[in-house]
Amino acid sequence: MTMEFKTISNGEAIPIESIPHLPFDEFSAQATAIVSGGGKVVQFFAFKIDGAVRLMAVLRTDALLAASCDSPESYPALTAQCSPFHMFEREIAEQYGIRPEGHPWLKMVRYHANCRDVDDVFGNDYSEDIPGKYDYYSVAGDEIHEVAVGPVHAGVIEPGHFRFNCIGERVLNLEIQLGYQHRGVENLLLKADSRRLPFIAENIAGDTSVGHSLCHAQAMEALAGIRTDDGSRIIRTIGLELERIANHVGDLGALSGDVAFLPPANYCGRMRGDFLNMSLLLCGNRFGKGLVRPGGVRFPMDDDNRRDLTARISELKPQVKHVFALLFNSPSVRSRFERCGAVSRSDAETLGLVGPAGRACGIAYDVRRCFPTEQYGRLDIPENAESTGDVWARAKVRVDEVMQSIEIIESLLSNPVETEIVDVSENRMAPDSFVVTLNEAWRGELSHCLLTDSSGGILRYKVKDPSFHNWNGLSMSLRNTGISDFPLNNKSYNLSYCGFDL
Amino acid sequence: MLNVLKNRFEQGCKTSTYPKENIRLLPRYRGRPKINPDAPPDVAAACATACPQEAIDPAAKTIDMGRCVFCGTCERISRSRFVAFTQDFSIAVAEKEHLITAGDIPDLAAHSRQHFKKLFGRSLQLRQVSAAGCNACEADLNVLATPFFDLARFGINFVASPRHADGIVVTGPISRNMKTALLQTYEATPEPRAVIAVGSCALTGGPFRGSPEITEGLDTLLPVDLFIPGCPPHPMTNLHALLTFFK
Repeated sequence: MTMEFKTISNGEAIPIESIPHLPFDEFSAQATAIVSGGGKVVQFFAFKIDGAVRLMAVLRTDALLAASCDSPESYPALTAQCSPFHMFEREIAEQYGIRPEGHPWLKMVRYHANCRDVDDVFGNDYSEDIPGKYDYYSVAGDEIHEVAVGPVHAGVIEPGHFRFNCIGERVLNLEIQLGYQHRGVENLLLKADSRRLPFIAENIAGDTSVGHSLCHAQAMEALAGIRTDDGSRIIRTIGLELERIANHVGDLGALSGDVAFLPPANYCGRMRGDFLNMSLLLCGNRFGKGLVRPGGVRFPMDDDNRRDLTARISELKPQVKHVFALLFNSPSVRSRFERCGAVSRSDAETLGLVGPAGRACGIAYDVRRCFPTEQYGRLDIPENAESTGDVWARAKVRVDEVMQSIEIIESLLSNPVETEIVDVSENRMAPDSFVVTLNEAWRGELSHCLLTDSSGGILRYKVKDPSFHNWNGLSMSLRNTGISDFPLNNKSYNLSYCGFDL
Repeated sequence: MLNVLKNRFEQGCKTSTYPKENIRLLPRYRGRPKINPDAPPDVAAACATACPQEAIDPAAKTIDMGRCVFCGTCERISRSRFVAFTQDFSIAVAEKEHLITAGDIPDLAAHSRQHFKKLFGRSLQLRQVSAAGCNACEADLNVLATPFFDLARFGINFVASPRHADGIVVTGPISRNMKTALLQTYEATPEPRAVIAVGSCALTGGPFRGSPEITEGLDTLLPVDLFIPGCPPHPMTNLHALLTFFK
């Protein structure tokens, strides 16, 4: 009888020993078979248990599947047969010093020493500055030139290094080398005092504070056996949707600015602020920091808040609609958005793109519909898939989502919301347990995975921001695209540096 | 064209009247903390224990705004008997020790550098460096360019090169991997140059303090002229700081 990957649920804690522990060969064969057959990688990481290193995979088809195996010191790379494991195997190599033999693109992910004090897979001396022995892809030939940008960029944005190999204006390959933002989040989550954990979680990516704190809170609640009340689920859903709206509106404005159409750029910038102020109204912080905590929310929504929020939304809704119409009905904007930076559906599947970036290529997947948490099971989340995979599609998906999110919030605000507020809670977590949480943050599938040790402490905390999947989508968009269209494509994704770098 | 005009009309003029008239932020906003010196010691101690940022000194009855992320846990635990957060967003300081407060913050204008005012009072060009910032501080600096705040009307702009800048604005806990790039950006800025630290991470390491991958305070690397606390600082805090310190 062969053991197989076990079907698990989003946000449900289970004993680690109930997860099938397979021989490596079988683990590898089954994982690649599931993903080659259309499955996707949610999490794939290494962890130490009882002095040994194991690999854990959480995959998704229509269901979530998990299995683990003992990790060899080196092993035949899964990526060699099945591309979606690409980033995950590089991360395992960097974090644990385990070499995936035959990996076609084995480079550092973030530039830091591994946690086991074993030989570095990349041969780096980490007392030297980043990027160490990073082997940039380069193109040779007459008229080929390279453009290097960053880590410090021209705007008020996070740092990262971009290297373009171009022939004339045309980009042959864009290599994105990150790691500048690495703060050691996963390790800090292991050693920090428990009262600090929600604060670290919500600052993994400040533009996704609600998303990350939600993933964290749901994981802690599952491990501690806490049930949240209806009211807190409604407030959390509103918080996550406000975060989505604010970011999408801001990015649509930036896209408009990048094609030199200034009215929507300014209007969106202002309206984004108004949506951020709704988070401020809710919890005193424009980015929703401090709203979500294990056990519920830290702020109630009384009828005054509810009326105030409803009034603000009603005032903004027509303005948002009209500005989007102005943007999308301008021929000069359309001509710049359409066919710019297109990614095919098959490339998007291979790269494992998630969120609006994936939906713009026709992949309808949305955690809110497929693995709903909080209030989403009771909401109707439409499929927003577009087919063209270009800047226009990415913008269009975001426009649709803004309008849908506004409607979701309106519907959630129609009834009184009662909740017991929480603050600091001492959570006793179940020992030897595993939980994975997924939420649809504004950039796509966000996931936290926790394993506890025999005394209920955190054994491993794995964070995966949607940007971990999507940065390669941006590289793909730039293939054969004019280098001057980089800012436009970059904004159409607007990926997280710190969410990726952790 | 008609659509542009229709939208323009609908949007109206949204630019704030600040600093001519003061602005009131929403009720749940947590600004300058105010400490009650007469609070019972056990209440103060309970606040210090609960503070995730270890920002409270219960014996001295002070709070370190550099560490504080303005979550309001202490206010709640003490039911405002020890700490209460006011609506006052004018919380930037020019000296690091001023961050440790019992509620009164020294007047920033009185501590501003006169030579900066003379040089940069009419035109201030800043280069922003995100050094492992979570993008919240960055976003609320970016927002200063939107019509409501409209930073450019004061002659202050964010520029694309340190060579064009009069100073740098640093956000984030300065990761090991960003340290060299940050120092090089500083060196590339012509003297005299101002250094502004924005947000709890740049001030003290913020929520990431204790991680070996970060720096606990920009002032351990560079001479900082202006400290702007918050997680992130409200855009009004940033705006007040820039106007008061440089204008």
